[in-house]
Amino acid sequence: MSRVAVLKGGTSLERQVSLRSGARVEDALERLGHVVVSVDAGADLIERLREASPDVAFVALHGRDGEDGTVQELLEILGIPYTGSPVLASALASDKVVTKHLMVDAGIPTPDFFAFNETAFKELGAADALPAMAERLDFPIVVKPARQGSALGIKFARTPADVPAALLAAFSYDGKVLLERHVHGRDLAVSILDREEGPVTLPIVEAVPLEEDFFDFEARYEIGRTTFECPAALPDETAARAAEIALAVYRLLGCSGFARVDLMYDEQAGELFVLELNTIPGLTETSLLPQAAEAAGIDFDALVGRILQHAFERRAAAAG
Amino acid sequence: MAITARPEVISLAGGLPDTSTFPPDTFAAVTTGIARHSCAKALQYGPTEGLAETKECIQQVMAAEGMHVDPGHMIVTTGGQQVIDLVTKTLIDPGDVIIAEAPTYPGAVPTFCSYQAEVVQVDVDSDGMRIDLLEQMLDRLEGEGRRPKFVYTIPTFQNPAGVTMSLERRQCLVQVARERELLILEDNPYGMLRYEGETLPTLRALDRGVYVMYLGTFSKILSPGIRLGWVAAPPAVLEKINLGKQAADLCTSTLSQLMVQAYFERGRWRDYVDSLTELYRARRDTMLDALAEFFPPEAQWTRPCGGLFVWVTLPDFIDTTDLLARALRENVAFVPGEAAYLDGRGRNEMRLNFSACSEDDLREGVRRIGKVVAEQVALYGTLTGEHRVVRAPAEEAPAEDAAVADVVPIKRRASR
Repeated sequence: MSRVAVLKGGTSLERQVSLRSGARVEDALERLGHVVVSVDAGADLIERLREASPDVAFVALHGRDGEDGTVQELLEILGIPYTGSPVLASALASDKVVTKHLMVDAGIPTPDFFAFNETAFKELGAADALPAMAERLDFPIVVKPARQGSALGIKFARTPADVPAALLAAFSYDGKVLLERHVHGRDLAVSILDREEGPVTLPIVEAVPLEEDFFDFEARYEIGRTTFECPAALPDETAARAAEIALAVYRLLGCSGFARVDLMYDEQAGELFVLELNTIPGLTETSLLPQAAEAAGIDFDALVGRILQHAFERRAAAAG
Repeated sequence: MAITARPEVISLAGGLPDTSTFPPDTFAAVTTGIARHSCAKALQYGPTEGLAETKECIQQVMAAEGMHVDPGHMIVTTGGQQVIDLVTKTLIDPGDVIIAEAPTYPGAVPTFCSYQAEVVQVDVDSDGMRIDLLEQMLDRLEGEGRRPKFVYTIPTFQNPAGVTMSLERRQCLVQVARERELLILEDNPYGMLRYEGETLPTLRALDRGVYVMYLGTFSKILSPGIRLGWVAAPPAVLEKINLGKQAADLCTSTLSQLMVQAYFERGRWRDYVDSLTELYRARRDTMLDALAEFFPPEAQWTRPCGGLFVWVTLPDFIDTTDLLARALRENVAFVPGEAAYLDGRGRNEMRLNFSACSEDDLREGVRRIGKVVAEQVALYGTLTGEHRVVRAPAEEAPAEDAAVADVVPIKRRASR
């Protein structure tokens, strides 16, 4: 059995979720017979990893540093195989703007958008372009930080007057923000797991808000205000199309191991749109990817075991 | 460990008293004395209502605040927080109304919610709870055939707003309670921490314990670690609270109760409170000076005469929950105002604590928050095309103008 360093916590705003993901992964690894070294990713990360000299690192970090390629780069330098996506895929996926540009170029549907960084407003007078932008996107629009998970800093702008405060909130999380057309529709998550035969999609999870207020964006993520259905009740061809699109994004970004792709399904138009891809989706008791795996008959221990195994396979393939 | 608790973060978010000034020798002597002389008692269960010797200490504290209470009319609790829990448990059925201040103590909110109370909030201004608004609210509720079970208030050096209810309003509130036969829960953790001005009578002192349930605690005048508070209440309510306390934890830690007793026996507790008062007064002044120096003119804040908190109101386009993300990148933390309301208000407000940090850290912490606020104000100016330029802090006029600063403008956000 292997000696596994579980990287969790860190200093991102998603620290608490990561601690829960990490703790659950540790339990699973122990049940699978591995030796677990728990590492809270802080200033002594390198020292701790050198001390532990693990066979492999299970990266259970979310958000800044843990999910954006920073920690992955450090693991490459130390020569430690690790779970999940490599450096470039992590860096690409953690930036919603870059991801969306790549998708547009590859013909993968994503809602229309514009992106700005802070200096565009501070130094280039971008505010003067806001009316023209508003005209082209149609309200309502969603304003998001380019690099931030867990729906933090995401605001809804119903009219042009809402835009400055929404931008201000988004800029609190990142120097680059995204203004995106709001797709009125169903909220789908397609989870992907790299199996021996290659990446496969798991049953689709739908987030169903309990109250029909689609404009209260933040509330949709509050506990008790959303239920999750898995598998989502979708026509076969729609589910197949969503899976196909999700896999296309996964391959486009060069992901590895596992990931979750979030999509919106506009039922009336019959269209699917990709919002983003998470390279390290939550692994807590209530997270979507474990739910999807469960629905496919893969229990949590098997899921963790498979993700770990893939880290070794990737290393072997790279060496071979 | 939460992200705000990282060692490099200056946290103005807590409500922690400073315990570094407590003499370790006294602590050692107190605990050694208990081990030598009352070991068996200290390690045993005690009566649910608390030890008689602890109640004597409580009588001393209450007397110092102008109240004279029979030991039979009080219960020693596991911190003041337990009083909020027990009173709510005793009086509230799901759907019952509690009236609280707006903003209110964020720590009371989950307690009220866990018993499914409907919390209605009444605005405060620089003189505390607006009793005229309270009466309007009571009339409205009466019109709906609803009777609030109690009014929850922190009249003195309120948490979070830092304001104090005026004598006139205190008298008025007690009279309203009498006329309408309405119970009041007076939460008074900070009353002895006064840095300026005349001491005001507590609601309990004015009402003599007919409608006022009084919550006291040793947390802020001695130590929160000993988890010792108390409730003095009308006998009918107290009986029910006693039953609730039995169910919750049988009795308050006997060891802690004996520690307080031993500490009070040394007769120096007032001196310690005085030394805390001196320490916190200097820290409050440092925070207020730093706010005037480092916060942009668009910000307003309260000027507390005691307690632990300053309440800051920012322009309504700044959401303090989002601002906290930016502040954490500068390694500084505060409490976003939203936590003090149940109706989504307070999004442009924040609570700052001045008791837990050194004066250097307070100044640096306020400087860092002032920097991110100024950045957000400037950025908003460019976002709206106003190209507002924020003056350098050094050139700023002090925002300390009493007429402006000594007000809690609690308004609804225009854009919401």
